[in-house]
Amino acid sequence: MLHYTHETVISREASIFLMAKSLKAAQSATDAQKKTQGEEASTGTGTTYRHGSYPDARGRFGDFGGRFVPESLMAALDELDAAYANARQDAAFMAALAEQERVYTGRPTPLYFAERLSRRVGARVYLKREDLAHTGAHKINNALGQGLLAQRMGKRRILAETGAGQHGVATATVCAKLGMECIVYMGEEDIHRQSLNVFRMKLLGAEVRPVTAGSRTLKDAINEAMRDWVTNVATTYYLIGSAVGPHPYPVMVRDFQSVIGREARAQVLAEAGRLPDVVVACVGGGSNSIGMFYPFAGDESVRLVGVEAGGSGIASGKHSATLVAGRPGVLHGALSYLLQDADGQVIETHSISAGLDYPGVGPEHSYLRATGRATYVAADDEEALRAFRILSEEEGIIPALESSHAVAAVLAMGERGELAAEQVVVINLSGRGDKDINTVAKALDVTLE
Amino acid sequence: MPNTLRVRPIAGAFARAKAEGRVALIPYVMAGYPDVETSEALAVALGEAGADVLEIGVPFSDPLADGATIQTASHHALEQGMTLTGALALAGRVSAQVATPLVLMTYYNPIFSYGIERFCEDASAAGVAGLIVPDLPPEEAAPLATAAEQRGIALNFLVTPTSPDERVEQVARVAKGSGGFVYCVSLSGVTGARAQLPEHLAAFVARVRARTDLPLAVGFGVARAEHVAEIGRIADGAVVASALLNAVDAAPPEKRVATTVAFLRELQSSTGQETPEDTAAQ
Repeated sequence: MLHYTHETVISREASIFLMAKSLKAAQSATDAQKKTQGEEASTGTGTTYRHGSYPDARGRFGDFGGRFVPESLMAALDELDAAYANARQDAAFMAALAEQERVYTGRPTPLYFAERLSRRVGARVYLKREDLAHTGAHKINNALGQGLLAQRMGKRRILAETGAGQHGVATATVCAKLGMECIVYMGEEDIHRQSLNVFRMKLLGAEVRPVTAGSRTLKDAINEAMRDWVTNVATTYYLIGSAVGPHPYPVMVRDFQSVIGREARAQVLAEAGRLPDVVVACVGGGSNSIGMFYPFAGDESVRLVGVEAGGSGIASGKHSATLVAGRPGVLHGALSYLLQDADGQVIETHSISAGLDYPGVGPEHSYLRATGRATYVAADDEEALRAFRILSEEEGIIPALESSHAVAAVLAMGERGELAAEQVVVINLSGRGDKDINTVAKALDVTLE
Repeated sequence: MPNTLRVRPIAGAFARAKAEGRVALIPYVMAGYPDVETSEALAVALGEAGADVLEIGVPFSDPLADGATIQTASHHALEQGMTLTGALALAGRVSAQVATPLVLMTYYNPIFSYGIERFCEDASAAGVAGLIVPDLPPEEAAPLATAAEQRGIALNFLVTPTSPDERVEQVARVAKGSGGFVYCVSLSGVTGARAQLPEHLAAFVARVRARTDLPLAVGFGVARAEHVAEIGRIADGAVVASALLNAVDAAPPEKRVATTVAFLRELQSSTGQETPEDTAAQ
């Protein structure tokens, strides 16, 4: 297993790009990349990406995914799997979801040509404006879809976990709209970092339960939500917020979030007249990125770049860059890349953005990485903060700190001269940054009254 | 670590308890809690006091099937530096001192990280007779079950009140001939001592009994002598974990082992037989 450093990823990215001047060269680069990825995949996946064929019946994406959960939940997962398969086949359900996405969420969200950012990085950069979706982030896409599914299943008690608070807010919002009880588990550390979102959830009628176990962040909130679900499985729906967890959650979350990529693909074809060269999104658990990537993943010419949180730098060990620096393991019901110590204990992660502060990652991302279909890099806290400021000052858009990581990666590509003027880059701007104002002020040594 | 130790059959321990007309008692010790030495002393003392099977818990950073008691113990044990390697070493020392069959309870990731084959080899060498992996349902268990079986280690599956009949039958099929037991989780929930056993326990256990000839052990929430007596009427074994840790916690440091053994004896008084000392492993 090769453990990347930030630098080696960048240099490989750069060398791949330089080779990609002609189509033939690009093809050989991809082949070389696949070969490297294949050799390093310890679970033996190293195969070619096969679009649309995963997950299989066992919920596996290649070797990744599955259902590693207590027996108490297995019947509930079977029930959920059947209910979701049934709902997907039901034209009336899908139409109702599409209608609510339009009138409630405000879809489609715009694809915005960022002129000044484009000039700065030397390519045509578009932002997919998920920050303009109702509640201010892409999380509502999944919460709405699963909320309607829970309603269809007759479940009235909804559980959610939240890191940055965006998924908690989205779930509380949907529960308010659908008249369902909402309980949100949130790490105590995150409650302090995201007090504004905690208050929003309470205003929306949700009960926020602080989690004091472990690192007091997102992973501990998921543990606690799962414990609650195990205990109250007959009456309760667990509305997981990222493309993680046991099957069918990763595929279900991908499907509900794929509205992002479907829209973006149609919009970029309409506005730029062709497919993008590069699609970039931040990766914590990986829901906004899988929603953005999946509809493009069948287009071989489109490079997919996931940006993880580099925290204080990969070398410092204080980061959340699971796919860059982790190895396969089992957490929260799925086999996927995982940040763990030599003993297989999950380690504490660090990031300035609560939403990326998670040691695991969705299993489909592990599959994309193992097959070389997507590449994953890291942007550290400083780079994210810089991107946050640049987008605020030069585009008048205050991005979420999570999304700022994706912007930072594109800034870095531009500064390394990897982008050409005629190239089209689409960044998923997964959320707005209002929730992060306190964190940013603190990082910039500004005292707010 | 001695690697010539014979793996002790769990089935034998259940058969012996049954022949003596009592329910088998399976007390739990968390490796490294409250510290490595005490956990070893506890395991040995419980074995000597006549525990039929000893369950040794391996701490994990994310114990999502566990309630507050085991979560706290797990966290503490990790802070003391306990690891899967450390737990295997502890198991080896315990099995060198008492003949009680050892069952290791661990979440799956430490095993996956250790390497499944290597883990089974080392567990076998440490005298481990069985495994309980709470986040490994039969669907995902083939690699570990196969490697464990080759080493004579029984992978003991869990069934719960929410398991439909087909899933109970699946466990019965997979576990048949493993030499282990079926772990009947008394309730839908996490581990932790409770005041009462669930109302529908007898019906649930009967549902499992109708589908397998393997010994049935009931765990989760088992905390009192009367619980053990109740389980004795419907199943073959009782697992006592959180309540035992609570006993450890309640005792002053110098009396931890004595207090915990006294608690085991209190539970034994309800297993259906008078003098457990007679059956204690030598």
